Amino acid sequence: MTNWQEDIVLDCSGLNCPLPVLKTKKIMDGLDSGQVLKMISTDPGSVNDVAAWAKRTGNELLETVADAGEYTHFLKKRH
Amino acid sequence: MVETAGKKKRMALIASKGTLDWAYPPFILASTGAAMEMEVGVFFTFYGLTLLKKEISPKVSPHSNPAMPMKMPFGPDGFQQIEWPIPNILTGNMPGFETVATSLMKQTFQKKGVATIEELRDICIESDVRLIGCQMTMDVFGFSKDDFIDEVDIGGAATFLEFAAEADIQMFI
Repeated sequence: MTNWQEDIVLDCSGLNCPLPVLKTKKIMDGLDSGQVLKMISTDPGSVNDVAAWAKRTGNELLETVADAGEYTHFLKKRH
Repeated sequence: MVETAGKKKRMALIASKGTLDWAYPPFILASTGAAMEMEVGVFFTFYGLTLLKKEISPKVSPHSNPAMPMKMPFGPDGFQQIEWPIPNILTGNMPGFETVATSLMKQTFQKKGVATIEELRDICIESDVRLIGCQMTMDVFGFSKDDFIDEVDIGGAATFLEFAAEADIQMFI
């Protein structure tokens, strides 16, 4: 795991589809380009969903770390 | 969007059912589509139109959904895993069964961190999803425009099709 320096943390633990993606979108809208969001989810579906959301919106998914039922996504706001 | 800069993807949905279970797909897809920066429009027709009322209280009927797993959202894990074999004769005829099933499904959804229909609808409104209410359904079931939330755009088949004609994704729900 790379040590990404996040600018903001969003905890979506316990939330299910589609809330992690919807909350991620809302937070990312408020970030400046290049800033990094660390989003924590307990939804295994978030692994594919966050990647799909990033691909569609042009934001960069730096890394997803899965550890003991917790999925941590690092997203970089697009330019 | 990187590859498709300039033109947004468009999604056109038809929501034709108003029960709790069938209320989820259009609102989940519409809110997520908007979050994925698509232009989204939903045509609410027949029983789906009730999802645009100011106060919504969608219910679920196990009677018409024989494949619905009947599980309890409380108690020890083993208990929660039990699928209760409740015969159709009971689900259809026992007074109050629908209310109980609706309450159990809502509890299960809440426990699993699923948004409520009201929350998802609010997100759709915030993210400019176009909500088209079917004029003909309003006339047939005796609704007036005042029964519905202010954001409803009233129209008919032609209004929807004009929007859908340019859509990349279309679904009937």
